[in-house]
Amino acid sequence: MTATLPRPSLTSPTGVGAGAAVAFHDVTKQFAGHRALTGLDLELQPGELVAVLGPSGCGKTTALRSLAGLEDVTSGRITIDGRDVVGVPTHRRDVGMVFQAYSLFPHLTVRQNVEFGLRMRRVDKAARATRAGEMLDLVGLGDLGERYAHQLSGGQQQRVALARALVTRPRVLLLDEPLSALDAKVRVQLRDEIRRIQRELSITTLFVTHDQEEALAVADRVAVMRAGSIEQVGTPEELYSAPATAFVAEFVGTSNRVSGEVIGTLVRLAGCPEVPVVGTPDEGPVWAYVRPEDVSFVEQGGLAGVVESVSFLGAVCRTRVRVDRETLLVLDHRADERREPGVPVRVSFTPARVAVTTRAS
Amino acid sequence: MSARTTGAPRSTTAGGAGTVARRTALVVVGALFAVPIAAMVAFSLRSADGTGHDLNHWLAIVDPENERMYRNLVEGVTNSLLLAVVSALLVLVLLVPAMVLVHLRHPRLVRPLEFVCLVPITVPAIVLVVGLAPVYSVVSRVAGSGAWTLALAYGVTVLPYAYRAVQSDLAATDLRTLTEAARTLGSSWPRTMALVVVPSLRRGLLAAAFITVAVVLGEFTIASLLNRVNLQTALVQVSRSDPYAAVILALISLAFAFVLLLVIGRVGALGAARPIPTRKALS
Repeated sequence: MTATLPRPSLTSPTGVGAGAAVAFHDVTKQFAGHRALTGLDLELQPGELVAVLGPSGCGKTTALRSLAGLEDVTSGRITIDGRDVVGVPTHRRDVGMVFQAYSLFPHLTVRQNVEFGLRMRRVDKAARATRAGEMLDLVGLGDLGERYAHQLSGGQQQRVALARALVTRPRVLLLDEPLSALDAKVRVQLRDEIRRIQRELSITTLFVTHDQEEALAVADRVAVMRAGSIEQVGTPEELYSAPATAFVAEFVGTSNRVSGEVIGTLVRLAGCPEVPVVGTPDEGPVWAYVRPEDVSFVEQGGLAGVVESVSFLGAVCRTRVRVDRETLLVLDHRADERREPGVPVRVSFTPARVAVTTRAS
Repeated sequence: MSARTTGAPRSTTAGGAGTVARRTALVVVGALFAVPIAAMVAFSLRSADGTGHDLNHWLAIVDPENERMYRNLVEGVTNSLLLAVVSALLVLVLLVPAMVLVHLRHPRLVRPLEFVCLVPITVPAIVLVVGLAPVYSVVSRVAGSGAWTLALAYGVTVLPYAYRAVQSDLAATDLRTLTEAARTLGSSWPRTMALVVVPSLRRGLLAAAFITVAVVLGEFTIASLLNRVNLQTALVQVSRSDPYAAVILALISLAFAFVLLLVIGRVGALGAARPIPTRKALS
């Protein structure tokens, strides 16, 4: 026997789907000879947008597919509003999903695509047309209802896919790298639009991406995954300013890894005053992670080095300074502070706080 | 300042030679098809005394007075049409779901399935019949010796053609994503098959069905050696007493196959105007 999750009313006058609480409890997924998920624990609050970020093969898509019911988990529990959905077939989980690949049904018009989920729920024709129209208006494609998928651009197709996923007012919205097939400009536009719609509908959303900028820009919280489990969960600011591990520090944003020594609540770095440390690490030698914007040119003191390369990034310049054979520092600075390659310089660190990890991690 | 393009000038001589070669090949190949068909048409229009041309042999086919003479032929046509329908249904009901299942759930079995489906093309019909004869003695006892039972053998002989037609569509469609999208939208597997898979593979399914019909209408060896009557065996039989009728029926069946191929091409062209997402395009 298969269970069905209770659904919100499709004729709700508010048109807003109630967000559900979602939780992964010690979820493991084993493929032949390979563990894709290893004791995954993650909780999403109702109405929250959590981005799952990680390198290719870290298990983020497997986690999302497991929540959708497209993959069976090997062990553990996945709950939606406290009810275990492991074993519930996909079509009864009441989730909406947007895929990385364009997934519009090619034989149906845009309107028919959006109405598909309502047809499956046996909603009458008039209500279907109304709801589909509302959703197409929400994603800004109200005029394109009679077109076919091949008559739309990639961005428009993903907008329709979003409308199709939302029209049934699912409890959870799953986004599996929905922007990765789009060009950079459309990606940013659609990213902002997804965030606007998600906030408007207060729908609990799991957004899988390997693009850190995308994750930091749209999410309430970001979960960084590595080798099948969560490495750190936090707000984008927390993740950026206080990475818990070396992996997070190096994966999220650009960091300079420099050796230092923790003394009490401070860390001593070569060539700069002692700075407060994030958290309460044990005393002793550590790796400290300093962001490029916290490294600056100084006239005296600091570390001596030679400019190796300079890149113009628009708002800032990024300069690489070779300090010694093992240490290459990256710093971001204003364009008028530009130093040419080969020029000897002195640099110093100016972080308000610095994240550290033990040398072993 | 003038711009100048560099590189070797385009060779119009080579292009012209290529066009001539293509047209020559087209004419030769066209003649290979057209000459025998034209000869058949001319033969079928020859008057009884051999001195002129008329439509008498064509009219004789539909003359009710000749019904007895052509009864065997009518039976052959009827049986062949029945066999074509049953064989096409067998292919669509058994082969297509198996291919979709393997494609979506057991991709490792794609190669073995392909091998199994292509094997019949390597087995001569005569060898196939040697193996089928004892099978059909059992089939006759269980299901009778109705003409439709030949469809079981024809289902095997058309496998390679039907497999290729469906496989090409499967390979060009991101069916996995489409079916997963349908399921997340609340569609059960049967509804997903009916509302998403079948329409997405429409071209391949139609091509498989039409090719099956064309192959079945042209099949002679198995029916003859298993002592069944179909269009081809009836044609051979009729040709002994009335060669004109045999040639006319052969022309009609050729025209039918030609129309089928045109329909396949037309359906394919319609599908090409409405491209479906491919894995390659999305990667």
